[in-house]
Amino acid sequence: MTRKALFPLGLLTAALVSGAFLLLPLVALFTRVPLSTLADQLGNGVVTDALVVSIKTTLIAQAVILLFGTPTAYLLATRRFRGRALAITLVELPLVLPPAVAGIGLLAAFGRVGMLGSTLQFFGLEIPFTQTAVVLAVAFVASPLYVRQAIAAFEAVDQSLVDASRTLGASPARTFGRIALPLALGGLAAGAALAFARGLGEFGATIMFAGSFQGVTQTLPLAIYAEFENTFEVALAIGALLVVISAILLVAMKIRIGWTSSPSISPFLSARTRSS
Amino acid sequence: MDVLAVDITVPLRAYTLELALRLEPGTVALVGPSGAGKSTVLRALAGLMRPSGGSIALGAETWFSSATRIDLPPEERSVGLVFQEYALFPHMSVRRNIAYGGTSRVDELLARLQIEALADARPGALSGGERQRVALARALAREPRVLLLDEPLAALDAHTKAAVRSELRELLRELRLPTLLVTHDFEDAAVLAERVGVIVDGRLVQLDTPQALVAAPATPFVASLTGANLLEGNARRSGDLAEVVLDDGATIYSTDAGAGRVGVVVYPWEITVSQRAPSDSALNHLPGVVTSLVAVDNRVRVQIGSITAETSNESAQRLGLKEGDRVVASFKATATRLLPLR
Repeated sequence: MTRKALFPLGLLTAALVSGAFLLLPLVALFTRVPLSTLADQLGNGVVTDALVVSIKTTLIAQAVILLFGTPTAYLLATRRFRGRALAITLVELPLVLPPAVAGIGLLAAFGRVGMLGSTLQFFGLEIPFTQTAVVLAVAFVASPLYVRQAIAAFEAVDQSLVDASRTLGASPARTFGRIALPLALGGLAAGAALAFARGLGEFGATIMFAGSFQGVTQTLPLAIYAEFENTFEVALAIGALLVVISAILLVAMKIRIGWTSSPSISPFLSARTRSS
Repeated sequence: MDVLAVDITVPLRAYTLELALRLEPGTVALVGPSGAGKSTVLRALAGLMRPSGGSIALGAETWFSSATRIDLPPEERSVGLVFQEYALFPHMSVRRNIAYGGTSRVDELLARLQIEALADARPGALSGGERQRVALARALAREPRVLLLDEPLAALDAHTKAAVRSELRELLRELRLPTLLVTHDFEDAAVLAERVGVIVDGRLVQLDTPQALVAAPATPFVASLTGANLLEGNARRSGDLAEVVLDDGATIYSTDAGAGRVGVVVYPWEITVSQRAPSDSALNHLPGVVTSLVAVDNRVRVQIGSITAETSNESAQRLGLKEGDRVVASFKATATRLLPLR
């Protein structure tokens, strides 16, 4: 064999090993749970309860993330101020934080003896081990994925379009709604899909902050863990279900990105040098 | 119509931009090298950036005043700004782009700029010239009282530029709005504007009609901007004339007065090219080798060393000019301007 062939052969070997390693658990999962029996397993009370809890909490968390994350990202993307880099880093921090740390942190903040515990109790609110806690845990862990992507999407909007909107009589709010938001929509959707997928898979922070009570706080990943000790077949079925949902999300996101980055949208926004 | 009175100071990276200008109905062009602060002027007038001092007022309406702390946001200033790359909204049709400013005159504007056929197209599908018309229609839709154009021809290729330029000239003449346009090209400025201001390092060096800038440039930079040859040498009086010893050793004469270090300004169309020094009224003869021949419309631009001359196509053919030929560039002492250099 010639030396020349070594490098491409090395690349190919590494790629094959990576591919096999990443695919094997999925193949094993679907070998144990054929798609035909998946439907039967999903009739199980534990699974339906977990599915309802998961969908409800993830959707509410997603709404909270979009509602607060979008303006936050727009502010961070369009304003230059002292401490901006620090602010962005803080927003991104939960991304690298171990989920267990997120869970214990949320307890320390909102728990009965936590920082806001007595205030919340004064208003008759108790958060830990409720569905609200699941929502908070998911929002805390998943929001950075959305905000990061949204900042990038807003930064990519050509500043001269924003300027043009203002000189055409539009207020900053109208400019946001009619120019920045529609042009950033592809990026925002991608970020939302990532955050949704991350939220759906949330485990560590949720189990510490919200516990795992069937029908209340037991989400699909928590149900896998619980059923892992009871009925392994059910755990496998939930796993397969999550794979299907995640795959659909990923494909939808790729189609969406491919659609928005098509040349029909912004072929002439090339960064041609502007005069002084 | 109102007059836009501008007197602003803007600190830029390398220097401070200081500009005082009165814009009456009609077009003023600011010309200067890139980085001279031309676009900054437009952004300041439109309210997209805040000057550090001074004032901007349209008639009795103050847009900006550092003294009284007035700074109207862009949406409250009656300006139409045409961006260099036109900045059309890519996600809206031509019609919706024009209607963005909230006008009922969309059809009238589409007709006026002859873009009715493009009404439902997206900006991405338009040519450069078409985009410019859409950008103009959009800027005019708000019925602005001041029009600002940032390098309106820079995004066009040479082929479409000439046609678009004369159309734009017609339109500006019809509108009679106080209009300020910036460009790096003196020729564009001369065609489009009644008055041309030359801006260098943030300062207005000269503001006059294009003809006056060509005839009497205030500085060597203005002269070179208008397309003149610029040579350097040392001048002294010699009878009625000034005698200039150029840096390459040749001697020429000018009817201008001049002494000491001077810039010598000669326009390409004042220079005749011949095989040997002619015995006509021209006093100045500079021999040299033809280094390039470039056809421009019906003329040929002949580069002879550091001098550029222009001849008609016919003359160039009659002389059989080609690169490497030894020729003589001749020009009259009366066509030789002297500018003191400091």
